[in-house]
Amino acid sequence: MRFLFKTSYEDDIKLFPHLGYFVSYGILLALLLIAPYVLSSYLMSQLVFVCIYATVGVGLLILTGFTGQASLGHAAFLAIGAYTAAYLQKYNVPFPAYFLAAGALTGLIGAMVGFPALRLTGIYLVIATISFALIVEEILARWESVTNGNEGMRVKTLSLLGVTVPRDSPTFYFLCLAVLVLTIVGTLNLLRSPTGRAFVAIRDSETAARSMGVNVALYKVKSFAISAAITGFAGVLFAHKLSFISPEMFTLQLSIEFIIVVLIGGTFSLHGAVLGAIFIVMIDPFLTYLKDDMPGIIAGIAATFGAGPATAGNIQSKVAAFASLNGLKGAIYGIIIVLFVLFEPLGLYGRWLKIKLFFQLFPLYKRATFKRQKIYVKSERNR
Amino acid sequence: MLDFVQQLVSGVALGCVYGLIALGFVLVYKATEVVNFAQGDLMMLGGFFAFTFIGMMGLNYWIGFAGAVAAMALFGMLAERVVVRPILGYPQFSIIMATIGLGYFLRSVAGMIWGTDDLKIETPFSQGVLRVGSLVLAYDKLSVIAATVILCTLLWLFFNKTTLGTAMRASSENMLAAYYMGIPVKRVVSVVWAISAAVATCAGVLLAPITFIHSNVGLVLGLKAFPAAVLGGFGSIPGAVVGGVLIGVIESMAGFYLAEGWKDVAPYIVLLAVLLLKPEGLFGLHVRKKV
Amino acid sequence: MSYFRAENLSLHFGGLKAVDAVSFAVEKGEILSIIGPNGAGKSSIFNLISRIYRPTSGRIFFEDQDITEQPPYDIAKLGIARTFQNIELFENATVLSNLLVGRHRHSTTRLWQELLFLPSVRANEKVHRRRVEQVIEFLDLEPYRDKLISGLPYGVRKVIELARALCSEPKLILLDEPSSGLNVEETGDMSFWIRDMKNELGVTVLMVEHDMSLVNRVSDRVIALNYGRVLAMGSPAEVQQHPDVVAAYLGA
Repeated sequence: MRFLFKTSYEDDIKLFPHLGYFVSYGILLALLLIAPYVLSSYLMSQLVFVCIYATVGVGLLILTGFTGQASLGHAAFLAIGAYTAAYLQKYNVPFPAYFLAAGALTGLIGAMVGFPALRLTGIYLVIATISFALIVEEILARWESVTNGNEGMRVKTLSLLGVTVPRDSPTFYFLCLAVLVLTIVGTLNLLRSPTGRAFVAIRDSETAARSMGVNVALYKVKSFAISAAITGFAGVLFAHKLSFISPEMFTLQLSIEFIIVVLIGGTFSLHGAVLGAIFIVMIDPFLTYLKDDMPGIIAGIAATFGAGPATAGNIQSKVAAFASLNGLKGAIYGIIIVLFVLFEPLGLYGRWLKIKLFFQLFPLYKRATFKRQKIYVKSERNR
Repeated sequence: MLDFVQQLVSGVALGCVYGLIALGFVLVYKATEVVNFAQGDLMMLGGFFAFTFIGMMGLNYWIGFAGAVAAMALFGMLAERVVVRPILGYPQFSIIMATIGLGYFLRSVAGMIWGTDDLKIETPFSQGVLRVGSLVLAYDKLSVIAATVILCTLLWLFFNKTTLGTAMRASSENMLAAYYMGIPVKRVVSVVWAISAAVATCAGVLLAPITFIHSNVGLVLGLKAFPAAVLGGFGSIPGAVVGGVLIGVIESMAGFYLAEGWKDVAPYIVLLAVLLLKPEGLFGLHVRKKV
Repeated sequence: MSYFRAENLSLHFGGLKAVDAVSFAVEKGEILSIIGPNGAGKSSIFNLISRIYRPTSGRIFFEDQDITEQPPYDIAKLGIARTFQNIELFENATVLSNLLVGRHRHSTTRLWQELLFLPSVRANEKVHRRRVEQVIEFLDLEPYRDKLISGLPYGVRKVIELARALCSEPKLILLDEPSSGLNVEETGDMSFWIRDMKNELGVTVLMVEHDMSLVNRVSDRVIALNYGRVLAMGSPAEVQQHPDVVAAYLGA
C-alpha cells in the first residue's frame, strides 16, 4: 500500500497526486499514440467511436453524475452539433469555426432546455428531456430547407488548415483523441473549482446549496449548457466519422446508449465515461465474434466430452442457428444492463477499484468492505 | 362537426389505451416509487400471450383473454422478484435503468419467439359499428372505452374499499413503517406488479383490433403513455386515465387538423407546456422537502 | 437600529398560523435563543429568514437592509449562514469539499477561468483551503478531512454542518437545534464552540434549541414561542420563570 504524505494545500489540488499517475497515464498515452500504426483499420474505427462516445459520456456525467439531473435527451444535442456542422459546411465555413459554432449553439440550446427543467425533478425531468429529444428528431425530419429532411445530409471530408483529413486517417483519430483529452482535463479543472463543487452540492441537497449561497437555478442551467456543448462538439466529430447524417440516427435508442455508457462505466468518476464507452462500442464486435466462433467452440467442447462427430456437428448447427436468431443481441444487451444494475451499481470503474484494493490489501481484503447496506424505501414525495 | 366527433371518439379510444398503460406505471409507482420503463413491453407481451391463446390455439376469445391476463400477472410477479426487488430503495435512476434493460430483453425475446410481423387478434367486436344518426362508431373503439371505465372503477374500489388496497397505500407512503405495522410489504409489492401487468395485458388485448401487435408496439405506445402519466401527475389513478385521454385526443386532433408531422410531436409539446406551468402535472400534489 | 430585526413576521398555511406576527431584534455580537414546544414555529422562523418560505406578511431587516424579498442564495451572500435541524450535508462528497462549498459566497472566479484552471483560480483555491483549515482546527475536525459524509456518525456530521456554516465567514449564524441527537459530552463541546464563535470570531448567533441547559449556558437573551406567537422575551432566568412559558411547557 502507498501512503501519501501531504505537505501543502497544493497536494490536494493536483490532478496527478503521485508519480504512479504519471507512469500509468504516460504509458496509456503512448499506447494510444502508437495505436493507429499497430491496430487494424476496423479496430481504429471503433477506437474513434470510443473517443466520441467517451466525450459524450463526460458531458453527460457532468449533468447526471455530478449535478444529479437525469437526461434521456442527449442524442438531440449530438444531432444539433452534427447538423450545425453539416449545414455550415455548405457555406464553406472552415472547420475550427463550425466546430466552435456547433458547441456554442448546442450549449445555448442546452441552457434553454435547462430553464424549463429548473423546476422539474426525477421522473418529470426524464420525461421532459425525452420529449425534447423527440421534438428535435421531428424537426430534423421536417425542416427540409435546412436539414434535407429524411433524405439526410452528406458531410464533406474534414479539412483542417488546408489539409484534408479523411475519416479513417490517423490524423482524424488524433483529433478525436485530443478533443476527448481536452474535455476530460477541462472537466477535471471544473470539478476542483467552485463551480464543480456547486454542482455536487446541488446533486446532494438543493436546500443546503442554496443556504450556502449557491444560485441553484443558475448552476443547473450552467450544467445543462456545458453538458450540451460538450455533446455538440462530439456531434461534429460524429458527423465527420459517419460522413452522412439523417434524423433516424439520433433516436431515443442513442440517448439510452449514452446513459448506459455512464451507468456501466460508473457515475462517480470520469473514468466511468471512458470505460463505459469502450464497453458499449466494443460489445458489438465482441458479440459478432461470439456469433461466428461460439458454435465451433461449443462443438469442440462437446467432442472432447465424448460426443461423436455427428452429434457435435448437430450441436454446432443448433448453436449457430440460435446465435443467428434476430434480436439475440438486444436480449443480451438487456441482460447486461440488468446485471450491472443489480450486481455492480458502481460500474466498471467501481469493479476496477475493488480489484485494485484487493491486491493492495492482500491478503486482508474483506468482501464486506463493499457490502451494500439494506435500504428501505422512503417516499421521495415527502423528501 | 361530424368529423370532429368521429376524431374525438377515436382519440378517446386511443387515449384509453394510453391511459391503461399509464395506469400500470402509476400503480407500480404509487406502491414502490419505481418507474417501470418496461410497462409498455409488458403490454406487448400480454398481447402476444393473448394472440397465442386465441389466434394460435384457437381458444374462445374470453377464455384466451382471461388466460393471458392470468399468465401475465404471474409474469409481472416474476419480473418484480428477479429485477426489481433486489434494488428496491436504490436511487430511482438505477431502477429506471434496470427496467429499461428488462424492456430491451422482453422486446428482443418476443421478436425471437413471435417473429417481427404484425399480428392481429380476432375479437367478437372487430367488425360491427354503432350508428347514431349519421355518426358511425366502431365497436372495437367503444369496447376500449367501456373496458377502461370498468377497469378504473374496479381498481378504485380495490384501492379504497379492500384491506389489501389500504395496505398498498400504506406501504407506498412509508415501507418501513408499514412493515413494522405487520403489512407483508414484499407480498404487497408482488401483488402490485401482478395487477399492473394484468392491466397492461388488458390494454394489449384491447389494442389489438385498433393497431397490430408487434414486438416494438410496447416501446412506441409506452412513449405515449409516459407523457400521459406525467400529465396526470404520476401517482394519481384518475390522473393517468385523464392524461391518457388528453394525449389521445390531442394526437388524433393534431393528425386530422394540422399538417403532417404534428401528430407525433403535439402530445410532447403540450406536455412540456403543462410541465412549464405546473411542474407536478395536472393532478399531482406539490410537496416540498421539509428542513 | 438593531443589527437584525424581524417585524410582524407571519407565515400562514391555509388556516394554520405557523408564525403569527412575531417581532424580535438581535443585537450585534449576542447569542439569542428561541425556545418553545414542538410545533411552536421556531424552525419556521429560520426558514423564513433563509427564504425557504415566503412570509405571508411582515418584514426582515439585516444591517438596516430589507432582506424580505432577497432571493434565497443572496441571504448567504449577505453574511447569514445556517445549519439544519435534520442535517443537510452533501452526502456523497468529502468533508473537505463540503466545507469548501461553504466558501462559495467568496468565490470570484469565472467559468472559463475554472475550465483552464488559471493561476488565479489556483491562488483562490489555496486561500479558500487556508480558511477551511482554520475552521477545521477550530472545531477539531482534522481526522475527518478526506472522509465521505455518508460514512460518518451523527455527532460528527452535526459539527461538520456547523463548520460549513462557519467557512462562509458569516456575520450572523442561525443554528437549528445544534444539540439534537448529541450526547452529553458532545453537547458540552457544542456549548463551548458556540461561545467561542461569539467571543473569538465575533459571530452573532441566533439559535433554536430544546436543551435548556445548553440554552442557559450560552444565551444572552431568550425568546419563548408557542403557537407561532411570542410568549416571553428576556434573560434565560426571566423567561423560564414567566408564567405563560411554564404553562406552555407543563400544558396547564
